[in-house]
Formats: sequence, structure tokens, C-alpha cells
Amino acid sequence: MNIAAFIVIAIVTLSGALAAALLPRLIHAALWLVVTFFGIAAFYFLLGAEFVGLVQVFVYVGAVAVLIVFTILLTRRDADKDHAFHWSGAVVAVAVFAALVWTILRTPGLSVAASPVEALTVRRIGEVLMTDYVWPLQCIGLVLTAALLGALVLVMEEKR
Amino acid sequence: MSGGFLDQIFVSTKHWLLSLLVGAPEWMTQIASSLLSISATLGVFLALFALMSLLERKILARIQNRLGPNRVGPFGLFQPVADGIKMLIKEDIVPARADKVVHFLAPIMVAAPTILALGVIPYGRNMTPFAIDGGILFFFAVGSATELAVFMAGWGSNNKFSMLGAMRAIAQMVSYELPLIVSVLPVVMIVGSLSPDAIVDAQSGYSLNVIPHWFVTTPWGAASFLLFFIAGLVESNRTPFDVPEGESEIVAGHMTEYSGFKYATFFLAEYFGMFAISGLAVTLFLGGWHAPFAFLQFIPSWIWFFAKLGVLLFVFIWIRGTLPRMRVDHVMNFAWKFMLPMAFACVIAAAVWHYQARHLAGWLWSAAIVAVVYFTLSRLLETRKRFAPRTYRFAE
Repeated sequence: MNIAAFIVIAIVTLSGALAAALLPRLIHAALWLVVTFFGIAAFYFLLGAEFVGLVQVFVYVGAVAVLIVFTILLTRRDADKDHAFHWSGAVVAVAVFAALVWTILRTPGLSVAASPVEALTVRRIGEVLMTDYVWPLQCIGLVLTAALLGALVLVMEEKR
Repeated sequence: MSGGFLDQIFVSTKHWLLSLLVGAPEWMTQIASSLLSISATLGVFLALFALMSLLERKILARIQNRLGPNRVGPFGLFQPVADGIKMLIKEDIVPARADKVVHFLAPIMVAAPTILALGVIPYGRNMTPFAIDGGILFFFAVGSATELAVFMAGWGSNNKFSMLGAMRAIAQMVSYELPLIVSVLPVVMIVGSLSPDAIVDAQSGYSLNVIPHWFVTTPWGAASFLLFFIAGLVESNRTPFDVPEGESEIVAGHMTEYSGFKYATFFLAEYFGMFAISGLAVTLFLGGWHAPFAFLQFIPSWIWFFAKLGVLLFVFIWIRGTLPRMRVDHVMNFAWKFMLPMAFACVIAAAVWHYQARHLAGWLWSAAIVAVVYFTLSRLLETRKRFAPRTYRFAE
């Protein structure tokens, strides 16, 4: 059952990603990216990481995808017509891919019969965030607040 | 009489139906069990949708001193059937310049999240169709997918009015999602769980055998409930916050280019969204399926849930019949300048209530915090611009 589910989700996720990379219209690409986000959330569910899966849907589908769509709408109008090959894009893609491969290869492989880990409940995540990781959490909060204020300042400019 | 025969009648019916499958492999039983829950939920809410579409017109008619639909069947009871047939046989018009696939998928994508959200609500004792640990998070996670669906409707129609309406709807939903979720936080904090069943359990019991331990009876709970309800009104695009479909300005917003059954699907999504938000409000603040008084516990739990749901839905209609539509910039200002600070004040008030051992002292302290923040905000936000001549920024 799990293997079958894995294959189905993998096909959906990968085809979503491929469509997002290959489709000529940017909005279509963005909408296919949402399919990929859902696929990744489904993987988290399959792995038993309910919380991470829900947050994936919440943050990526609810916020990031909307942000991408708005960005496309508010930027260049002729973006659809531009199909030329860009070296900078290829370089960035290869660099990201290389970095990912390097990290994956450096990670020691997990044996299939790993020692049973403690179930990752929402309560446990909350406790760890409020004790061990409280400083990183506060820093991220500060960064996000700064970003919010920055966006506000950019918009306020118009009123002066 | 908790757990009586009538109380558990649906649960035992499901068990009996599943016991017919006793020889079947386990995966078949699992699928059958899910299908039973899904069809029961869908059936109940589709029936409620039909009833509600009639009741809304009837109640609005009473408010406006009219009779309302009364031709089809006794008291117009078969009006929803007639409406359904009409919607089905209407011509389905797709604009020539529309993006056909996106235009077709948008109504489905709008309706699907609201149906999913209905799954995590406990409708009675042991009656949660889809009980998971992070139920509240699930509710908001699937709800956040609606914004994208509305965008698909607006963009796929390739129409200026549709796009404007979709932009308004998204701006409004994004702004009010924050107060909506922050007003849920106090409850989650006090209960210490994201599971709707645990939240309902935490509200069982009665003080002095009369006052139920619902969160709405505490000051922070009452304030959060009001904030949640207002934000819920916005999220389901209901009057006075229905600017995305303000017909005097932008025809019908993102639904302008939809006709026939696709339009009906949008309509269904709006009502299902209303049911989901009201159901969650009942679960979080109004004690879920618990009876209001100890001596009324003999009445089955699901009757209590649907009674409370009905009251909230009536308030939805009542507000629609009473209040005019708000201006779009006022809606936004209200979210960021009033709703959000109030929601944070409720979080603090709930914490104070908890650390004062949840007794009278805590009750008074949290009431004081909510009141102080409320009056400070009203003083700060007062513009003193009453009855001044109108100034136009973009038109002379």
C-alpha cells in the first residue's frame, strides 16, 4: 500500500515540477508548482510527519504560491513572450543541483531498520521551539517583522 | 444519559454496516469506513445547503416585509429542487478568450477545500469524520488553498471585473486570515492541543450545575469568539464584507463569467464555507456538542451541535439583512488596525486567566485587559472626520 502510494505521489509531484519548468505561460507554471507543493505535503503525510505536511500546505500553498502569482502579475507584461535561453538561469540551476547532490552524498545513509524514534507530536515541537531553539525562533521573528515593515515602507512612499 | 442509544445512533449504524463486511480484507473495511463517513457528511451538508438557501431567502424576505418564495410546494419548501434543476439545464457559457482549463477547474478548487474543512469538526460524541491530531491546523491549511482557487477563477475568466474581484477577495482573505487564526490561539493555548475533540472535551462540565464551561463564558473567550465570527464573515465573503462581489461596482467579482452549474458550485462553496466556519466556532467557543445545562444532557449530542450551528447561521442571515456593504479600504483598515491588536490582547488575557488559576480573579483581570485594549484602540482609531465634505484622491 505504501509503495503504491509512494509511486503515485512521486509521479504526480515530478510531473507537476516538470510542467512548472517547461510550460511557456508563467501563471500555468505557477499553478503546476502548487501541484508539486501538494505532492511534497503528501510525502510528509506518508512519512507520518503530519505537522510538517500541514505546515507545508499552509505556508507554501497558502502564502508562497499566492506571492508567486502576485509577483508574476505585478512584474513585466511581456514576460510571456520571452522564451530565449538564459545562461544565468542555467548556472543557478546547476549550482543548486550540485549543492543538493553534495549535501545528499555527504549525509550518512540511514539503515532501513532505524531505531524507533520518538513520535514527533505537535506538543513536542512546541516544547523544543520554546526551549532549545528559542533564539533562532526569535531571530526569524525579527527578520520577518523587518520584512513586513520594509514592505509597508515601500507602499507608503506613494502617499507622501 | 451520556452515550445513550439515540446519542450514538449514527455511530452504531456505521459499526453495524461495517460488520456486514466482516470477512473482507482490512483495506476494504478501511475504504468502506471512509466512504461511509464522507457520504454521510456530504449528504447532511448538501441537505443543509438546500434548506439554508431557502431559509435565507425566507428570512431576508421577512426582514424586508415580503413573503419570499412560496409557490413551489408547501411554504416554498421545494424551491431548492426547482433552483437545482434550473441551474443544471442552464447554458454553460465559457468566454472565448478565457483560459478554458483554469476556468473549468476554479469552481472545483473553490468547493473542495470547504468540503475537506468540514471533515475535522466533531458533530457529536464520537462523531468526527476525520479525527487527526492537528485538526485545527488542517482546517486552516486547506482553507488557505481557497485564495489560489479564487485567483484561478479571476485570472482564468480573462475579464477585468473578474480579476478585480479576485484581487479584492484575495486581499481581504489574506488580511483576515491573521486575526482569524490569532483569535483561535487562546483556545489552543488553554487546551494545549490542536485536536478539535480535545478542545470539545476541555469544555465539558458545569459550574454550580448551571454555567457550562464553554470558552465563550470567559472574557477572553467572548472577545475571541466575536473576533473569530467577524473574521469568519469576511472569509466566507458574506455581507457586510462582500466587497469582492459588490454588484454595484464590479458586477459579480470573480464569478462574473460563470453561469449555470459552475455558478451554483461557487454558491455551494460559499455556503459550505459558512457551515465550516460556524462549525469551528461552535467547536472552539460554544462547547461543541455539549448541552448548555446539565439537566438537558439527555438530548443527543448531535442535536445540540446542529442547534448551535443553526443559531450561528441565523445570525449570518440576520447580519446580511441588516447591515449595508462596507467600503473596501475600510474593511482592510479594520483588519490591521483593530482586529489584529484585539486578537493579540485576547491571547494575553487568556494567559493571565490561566495563571490566575482560572478563578474569579483571573476572570476579572482578563476582562480588564480586553476592556482596556478595546477602549485604547477606539480612542486611537477615532479619526474625528465626521460629516466633512468628501475629498477624492483619484477623481476630481
